[in-house]
Amino acid sequence: MDKRHSPQHREHTHIGEIEKIANDIRQDIIKMLVEAGSGHSAGPLGMADVFTALYFAVLNHNPQKPNWDERDRVVLSNGHIAPVLYTTLAHSGYFSREEALGTLRKLNSRLQGHPHVGTTPGVENSSGPLGQGLSQAVGMALAARMDGKKHWIYCLMSDGEHDEGQIWEAVMFAGKNRLFQITGIIDRNNIQIDGMTEDVMPLEPLREKYESFNWHVIDVDGHNIQEIIDACSEAKAIYEKPVMIIAHTIPGKGVGWMEFDYRWHGNPPGTLEVPGDPAKKDQAKSALDELRSLRGKITGEHE
Amino acid sequence: MSSVKLNPKLFDPEVEAIPTRDGYGEGLVALGEKDPNVVVLTGDLSASTRANKFEEKFPERFIEVGVAEQNMMGIAAGLALSGKIPFVSSYAVFVPGRCWDQLRVSVCYSKANVKVAGAHSGISVGPDGATHQALEDIASVRVLPNIVVEVPCDSIEAKKTTIAIGEHRGPAYFRFGREKTPVITSEDTPFKIGKAEVFRDGMDVTIIACGPLVYQSLVAAKELEKDGISAEVINNHTIKPIDKLTIASGAKKTGAVVTVEEHQINGGLGGAVAEVLAENFPAPMERIGMTDTFGESGAPEELLEKYGMSVKKIKEAARTVVKRKR
Repeated sequence: MDKRHSPQHREHTHIGEIEKIANDIRQDIIKMLVEAGSGHSAGPLGMADVFTALYFAVLNHNPQKPNWDERDRVVLSNGHIAPVLYTTLAHSGYFSREEALGTLRKLNSRLQGHPHVGTTPGVENSSGPLGQGLSQAVGMALAARMDGKKHWIYCLMSDGEHDEGQIWEAVMFAGKNRLFQITGIIDRNNIQIDGMTEDVMPLEPLREKYESFNWHVIDVDGHNIQEIIDACSEAKAIYEKPVMIIAHTIPGKGVGWMEFDYRWHGNPPGTLEVPGDPAKKDQAKSALDELRSLRGKITGEHE
Repeated sequence: MSSVKLNPKLFDPEVEAIPTRDGYGEGLVALGEKDPNVVVLTGDLSASTRANKFEEKFPERFIEVGVAEQNMMGIAAGLALSGKIPFVSSYAVFVPGRCWDQLRVSVCYSKANVKVAGAHSGISVGPDGATHQALEDIASVRVLPNIVVEVPCDSIEAKKTTIAIGEHRGPAYFRFGREKTPVITSEDTPFKIGKAEVFRDGMDVTIIACGPLVYQSLVAAKELEKDGISAEVINNHTIKPIDKLTIASGAKKTGAVVTVEEHQINGGLGGAVAEVLAENFPAPMERIGMTDTFGESGAPEELLEKYGMSVKKIKEAARTVVKRKR
């Protein structure tokens, strides 16, 4: 099935529509985190636009047939942003929104705190311990190449996990072997648990690092849906190298008092008193109110 | 002897000796001919793991990863999640030694159909010294859910193991030795994952061994006859899932157990058998193997002697444990 004919693509051609879905996904992330009582906030909110663009405009996939052989794969390497993956999968139709909002991190749930392949429809790999995703994407790309298959493998990674040596082993291997069916996307949000990435362990010059390993690199505004889609299209036209899209994002995007504050990396709304932020009991409502008012400002092309 | 058909020349002074890793190379080629999904990876150790036998026949299904075991294990997981049957070939000190978390999360937790072959295991690696002597791999892998752990005793069993593991669906780990070791079994010796085989019948003590030291155990049992001790020898090639029935039956029959392995007795075969006995049929037990120390450089035979894994030590352990029965 060519992606231009996929149902997702036909329905949501218009950027304004995708932006609205991304906003709905952000609201659901807040709701599911509040219900779960633990989990990461900043990363999932920051990656909502990338995930929505992927699942509603880029991927060739079929939520009714999650194991369809020709599907594009999404390997999530930084498993702690599972809430945005689960919410996007639910909005795409892999399972219900009720399941997404009500069962994350609960006993006997299919939505584990970190993704588990085989348990959740649409989840392609197990992750959580950082740095393991790109190697698996490489294995999937090698298998596709051996079998002459044309599907694409998207590997979503965090910036902080680039501290792990395994990633650079995989970067070197993919560059050497010109695994063009891999498109990586780095969530370049500049924060990790202990502070700013450039303080904890500097990654810059990140673009040049990848280029020197024989990758093609595209920088995008990670909150500009059109730019994300365009970068993924460009990546499909590059046949001599793997492609890394560095998506510059704002952690906590959409909730002003969470944005760019590493203290919201690992905590859900309602669990942390931060001076200047709403009181704990008001945080969920404040976040949702802000997102709802943002949604009102998004205009679809045909409205 | 038992009804199991072993190498008829087993006790000849000129018994043929072949490294177990040779059986791995042959098994890979046999599998490769049968199943186009079998692929082999190595981390810069193609010849010494015998993965090169596969590489020569099926270059398009052979993947050189370089000295990067974490990446190699992850790539194998990705291949398996795409329907391939990858064999990860390196030294046991590196796989699982350098990539246990990748084995845990990318492979075992994901139930990825990855096969991990740890070559140059045990102290008999010899002159390379302690850094290269894998003596902890059985313990560190058998604790992981979803994975099978095998220790073949000779080259023929290593080939059978490789083929059986290729046909088994799910993660598996198996280890080989570097040195030429006696051919114990024959093509007719039964082999099944999860089934320990009684290689010699006996009434006074049960020697449970794995790997090439099954040979020393059989020699010890033969010599113990002269002392009036009738020793049963069990080849316990599957460490996990362990054959509780055969182990408990042996203990029930003889009332005394000796385990023999080229590995730390804590957590290795000795640990695994102790768990089975404690839960099913408690019996006096002696454990032959590494006793919580690292090895050192030396000739393989010298090391087995110094660290207490010789025929002499197995006999001593048998006599000791028989006395403890009374």
